[in-house]
Amino acid sequence: MIYREVGDFKTTYRDDGQTFPIHFDRMRYYVVLLVAFCVVPFIVNDYWTNAVLLPFLIYAIAAIGLNILTGYCGQVSLGTGGFMAVGAYACYKLMTSFPDLNIFFCVLLSGAITALVGMLFGLPSLRIKGFYLAVATLAAQFFLVWMFNKVSWFYNYSASGQINAPERTLLGYKITGAETSAPVTYLFCLVLVVILAIIARNLTRGHLGRSWMAIRDMDIAAEIIGVNPLKAKLTAFGISSFYIGVAGALLFSVYLGAVEVGEVFGIQKSFLVLFMIIIGGLGSIFGSFAGAAFMVLLPVLLKNVLVGMLGWPTDIATHLEFAIVGLLIVVFLILEPHGLAQLWRIIKEKLRLWPFPH
Amino acid sequence: MPAEFWYGVEVLLNGLMAGVMYSLVALGFVLIFKASGIFNYAQGVMALFAAQTLVGIQTGLVPFSHMINAMFGTKIHHFGWNVPTFAAILLTIGVMVLFAIIVEKLILKHLVNQEPIILFMATIGLAYFLEGFGDLMWGAEIKKLDVGIPQGGNVWVEESTAFLGGDDFYGFYLDTLDIYATVIAIVLVASLVLFSQYTKTGRALRAVADDHQAALSVGISLRTIWVIVWSIAGFVALVAGVMWGAKSGVQFSLSLIALKALPVLMLGGFTSIPGAIIGGLIIGVGEKMFEFLIGAPFLGGATENWFAYMLALIFLIFRPQGLFGEKIIERV
Amino acid sequence: MSAVTAEPYTTADGRKIGGVVMEMRHITLRFGGVTAIKDISFDIREGEVRAIIGPNGAGKSSMLNVINGFYHPQEGEVWFRGEKRGPMKPYQIARQGIARTFQNIALFKGMSTLDNIMTGRLIHMNTGMISQAIWKGKAEAEEIENRERVEKIIDFLEIQNIRKAPVGSLPYGLQKRVELGRALASDPELLLLDEPMAGMNVEEKEDMSRFILDVNDEFGTTIALIEHDMGVVMDISDRVVVMDYGAKIGDGTPDEVRQNQKVIDAYLGVSHD
Repeated sequence: MIYREVGDFKTTYRDDGQTFPIHFDRMRYYVVLLVAFCVVPFIVNDYWTNAVLLPFLIYAIAAIGLNILTGYCGQVSLGTGGFMAVGAYACYKLMTSFPDLNIFFCVLLSGAITALVGMLFGLPSLRIKGFYLAVATLAAQFFLVWMFNKVSWFYNYSASGQINAPERTLLGYKITGAETSAPVTYLFCLVLVVILAIIARNLTRGHLGRSWMAIRDMDIAAEIIGVNPLKAKLTAFGISSFYIGVAGALLFSVYLGAVEVGEVFGIQKSFLVLFMIIIGGLGSIFGSFAGAAFMVLLPVLLKNVLVGMLGWPTDIATHLEFAIVGLLIVVFLILEPHGLAQLWRIIKEKLRLWPFPH
Repeated sequence: MPAEFWYGVEVLLNGLMAGVMYSLVALGFVLIFKASGIFNYAQGVMALFAAQTLVGIQTGLVPFSHMINAMFGTKIHHFGWNVPTFAAILLTIGVMVLFAIIVEKLILKHLVNQEPIILFMATIGLAYFLEGFGDLMWGAEIKKLDVGIPQGGNVWVEESTAFLGGDDFYGFYLDTLDIYATVIAIVLVASLVLFSQYTKTGRALRAVADDHQAALSVGISLRTIWVIVWSIAGFVALVAGVMWGAKSGVQFSLSLIALKALPVLMLGGFTSIPGAIIGGLIIGVGEKMFEFLIGAPFLGGATENWFAYMLALIFLIFRPQGLFGEKIIERV
Repeated sequence: MSAVTAEPYTTADGRKIGGVVMEMRHITLRFGGVTAIKDISFDIREGEVRAIIGPNGAGKSSMLNVINGFYHPQEGEVWFRGEKRGPMKPYQIARQGIARTFQNIALFKGMSTLDNIMTGRLIHMNTGMISQAIWKGKAEAEEIENRERVEKIIDFLEIQNIRKAPVGSLPYGLQKRVELGRALASDPELLLLDEPMAGMNVEEKEDMSRFILDVNDEFGTTIALIEHDMGVVMDISDRVVVMDYGAKIGDGTPDEVRQNQKVIDAYLGVSHD
């Protein structure tokens, strides 16, 4: 099967508007899903799940969330870490206050709570624009982390100030706690990722998504053609924070199990997710996945090569990772502001014409 | 006057001194922003990097020694000499100028005419790079920085002000290092203002800030101006890094202190030099007073982490153009 | 000044001109100490092509910005469809049926031609967030319904071949056309055009004039436009308001305006001592 759209005529607007208009892409999408659901769970081990798969899936959700806000609606946020913390602590409070509540709903409700907090901090976006807003979101970042550190109600007055995820099951399988198995946690996150990604795609291709992009590209013109800026920005903040909150809840409950807020949800986390969407591609759902994969795999790769093969100390590998990531960000912004997703698109474009490029 | 009042005044003085430092760092931001429209997030890490470099040169550390050791199995750390403080400072300034040139050549040149927010994100990338690079070059451990300024409570100030309060007031406790820092910062702020008002380069700088195109057309080289402002920003970063580094050691948190200058800018407006100075003082005094009056007694302390940002956020909602910015008239 | 009665009438080429749709009453607009518009009154009637002309800095664009609510005049009243307009945001005014184009093209650069014109339909699309998230069903049906409307406009403006192209890469004239398409897509009652022909060559101007007249003719849209090119204005408009230094110096049919001494002076710079 050659990668072609020739002869693949669309006769209805429904066909023309579908996510993967080219037959080959559609097939590949189904194959990826099939492998992810039916093959991967049987071959994963603990190392791969914990080092790569779980963080990839969870950060993909966070990246989609931030991409909705920054990539689609044009509002740069440096508060992602703080909002993830809201998701994590909401999840913790829900899990401990309502032990019978299904973990699935715990996670979704945490997202909803984060959405409310996000909209609250999104209110100033109506008056503050550009990097003024970016700095304003730092207020959310620092304030939220401080609050979860100082107000002991949030960590149930535990002496360590940490929160620990109690054991919860879904359909009889352990999802959180100490004795989870790799395929189960993987599948739990995978289901959420797939659902959330499809919803994100649907929201961004409809009129809501268009009003976000209109605000992003030229806010004044958008308002003059009838976009309510408050509504567009607040929905973007709310939905984005929902995703980020879900990611925070998963990171805490399913992945880490125990969290100290300053360590896990500091400003570095905000940057990590921001870098994912810059490298992956602003305004692209696929880019969110690509960026998350890249940023999760890079340290693993560096660690395996430098520490595992060359025997360097871990901290040097970490410093090198910082330098490389920073450099990559600058390089991407200079060479390809639309990130990996755009590179992918260009490759596909070339492939479509291959082997006769003219 | 009760002793509490005088302790309040002491907090105020400390706040003013911290505020002067914020103003200084904020000026570094303002200069870059005016000359190139770039909101330089890396300013904080530049302060860290400058302090690291200074300590490194001073104590004769071998650059990248950890990496070299890891690669070749060697065990080198020190050259075995100590560079005098003054010479080390000069060398560090040289490094920061070199850094400015590299930034201009490799980054700014390629990002001309990009949207401000892209430039902003590029400086975040730069901050990350510089952080990793600095740690690779000099090591990440907390370093002691000693430039010969004494530390600890200033006895003279304490004794000469003890008469103000009653028996339970022992005079203002002000750190000598802070007093030095304040004086140096005031001198620097004043000289930066004078520099931009009265020198030829300063005039060119203001011309560029006003209108890039017009400045180009009368023969001002944008790229030279950029190198100059980034060098100045590097120098300001060095001063801030030295002062804060001498106080609490050269470590990552130093770059976060420098970021306090961001809310200062939001208060004062990104383009206003008096705004940066007054905004810095407001933030310095505000966060110290808030911690003293409300934060420590009622909120469990450490409110300095976020107070400045919150204040700026709330302020901006009511006055988006900042203290001294002109009212924004939007056009279509 | 204006000799036109309020009675509906039919133009020479057979278009029906109705009653007054929009009326500006004694509008004064200031920016700080500068008075951009001084006590200007005029009306726009249903179905007509109304032009606002004047030299640079006369306050024409400011007037357009007042009409679509981007600027709020310090004095005066705006009446639309027989009702006095209260304090409204621009997006609310857009939803009342007033659309516009911009002097400096204000397209959404990150989107395709199709998506740009689809944004014009935003005010007619209102499925809830849940339906949007599910997509299949209500949201998709709405999308397709609006897409069909947009495709008609794409056909009308003859831009089928650039449907999927990113607008940033299009030549200037086409961008102007896409912008007109976006404004048309909202099915406006009143269409404001800010220098629709600025920077075009003669051929492009002719194309654009034809589109404007066709819009007016086929969709019955009322049009108010600002234009520098006197020749074009006089050819396509029914009535003309002339502004100079923020004040109104003439108002009437192209022929009346052409003979107005003040207008001639303003354009030719003759002074009468």
